Amino acid sequence: MPIPGQTRWHRLEQRQAAIKGLLLGATIISCGSVLAILGFLGYFAVPIFSQGHLAEILSWDWRPFQGRFGILPMVAGSLCLAAAAMGLAFPLALGICGFAHGLGPQRLGRPLLGLIHFMTGIPTVIYGFISVIFLVPLVRNIFPESTGYSWLAAALTLSLMILPTIVLVIHAQLQQVDVRVRLAAAALGFSPAQTLLWVLAPMASRGLWAAAVLGFSRAIGDTIIALMVAGNAPQVPHTLLDSIRTLTAHIALVVATDSTSQAYQSIFACGLILFGVTAAVNFALRRLQTRASGAMRHD
Amino acid sequence: MFEFRRIIWNLMFLLAFSASSGYAQDTEIGVFKNLEGKIDIAGGTAHIPVMKETAEQIMKVNPKIRITVAGGGSGVGVQKVGEGLVDIGNTGRALTPAEISKYGLKTFPFAIDGVAVAVNPNNPVGALTSQQVRDIFAGKIKNWQEVGGKSAAIHLFTRDEASGTRETFWEKLLKKGPIDAKANIVASNGAMKLALAQDPQAIGYLGIGFVDQKVKAIKLDDAEPTQENAKSGAYKVTRLLYMNTKGEPRPLVKAFIDYIKGPAGAKIIQKHGFIPAQK
Repeated sequence: MPIPGQTRWHRLEQRQAAIKGLLLGATIISCGSVLAILGFLGYFAVPIFSQGHLAEILSWDWRPFQGRFGILPMVAGSLCLAAAAMGLAFPLALGICGFAHGLGPQRLGRPLLGLIHFMTGIPTVIYGFISVIFLVPLVRNIFPESTGYSWLAAALTLSLMILPTIVLVIHAQLQQVDVRVRLAAAALGFSPAQTLLWVLAPMASRGLWAAAVLGFSRAIGDTIIALMVAGNAPQVPHTLLDSIRTLTAHIALVVATDSTSQAYQSIFACGLILFGVTAAVNFALRRLQTRASGAMRHD
Repeated sequence: MFEFRRIIWNLMFLLAFSASSGYAQDTEIGVFKNLEGKIDIAGGTAHIPVMKETAEQIMKVNPKIRITVAGGGSGVGVQKVGEGLVDIGNTGRALTPAEISKYGLKTFPFAIDGVAVAVNPNNPVGALTSQQVRDIFAGKIKNWQEVGGKSAAIHLFTRDEASGTRETFWEKLLKKGPIDAKANIVASNGAMKLALAQDPQAIGYLGIGFVDQKVKAIKLDDAEPTQENAKSGAYKVTRLLYMNTKGEPRPLVKAFIDYIKGPAGAKIIQKHGFIPAQK
């Protein structure tokens, strides 16, 4: 006759094994699909390498009907737009988080975060559409030489779209800082602003990196705002008022062309580059982050 | 709200049906009474209104026939029909020799569509020569003053690489001349109309079927871009719309194509702003 305690122990073990298996399965599926995407991209990009089109595709001239298939203007476009959007959104997000965590009155902080939460639910295409109707004509009226469809208009719209992501990640990190630490800081006579600057922010520095990575990835991966607002001219921008084309918008514009054409092949190179940039930013920031948190621990 | 929408739909069905209730068309559509099965259609977006209305008429007569219509653009149309994913792949351009040989496609032109150069209704410029349009799109003429308008920068709008409208405009009007790399690119006829309607300095081009009071169509070399002038040949920036099948079509698909190319189809084609193609 089995001892009841032992049976229960056995069941617990079984359940743990099942959970482990489930989690392992989920990990394998998610990693596997990422690898599969990379694999397919590579496979479809093979003709570029085997037919010797690589140098042609990595050039600065996109005029498909004159036989020029350079995608570097789009690489520049993607990086310019994502960097500008981050440059606008990240300081703003820091400001909002600071406001909600002690710099501003509590009564306003909560509704502000509520508003940010609400913004995450707005579909991207709505941002794009509103921007085409209001922001683009505004830019055109202020700068008549520009059509309004520009790096500037797209960066403003995109920064609004990635703002909630950045704010919520930083906010979550700040919230995780132990209440006892806050109380200790208060007991030492820190003002809320000092607590934020000298206690909370350093302790949440991991969150800042994570927020930066996520925000940048969203910015560089966005398609619809770039497609609707940035103007899509395949050129390297010289001013904020120039029309630019991102890699994502380029893929969307070219994907419907004749699938035997070289223009069509070029979009797989775009896909690989996008994949590579996102991965590189992830790795670079992760390294910076471990180095930074390592330094913190030694202090 | 839902009720209201249903009433509208019923009315549309009624209209579609009454439009096709002549004796000749009854026998034409009668072909479908003895057929059943499914037709899947995808590709060119300009085709969709014609395809949808034809499908509705046929499915009304014989509920055993199911017809689905999807978009995607000309390139998608070729790919899907070539891979056997749909029965008819629509294109707004002629197939390339590579596409025909790769997939063994058979092509059926059925309608003529004109492409109009257009500006904002507030722009005083109403007529241009072909050469002026070429110079404007090449970026040689940069100010409206040079073609008789106000002193203001010209804002260029063009279409994406996969657009059949762009191909027609570029081949027939620009004679494959350059388009300034600074030109903004929009992804559909609808987006082009919106851009032109908003910007008093803009110039672009779109299918004649899309022209209404929100934009002003430009008189080109003294020819108004109308469907009548496109038909008579006085207006030359036109293209054919095609349906394509992989090899010989099945009897049901063949009947569908014949119906569109017949008198009943011609009525639908005209109703949506196109001209039936000569057989």
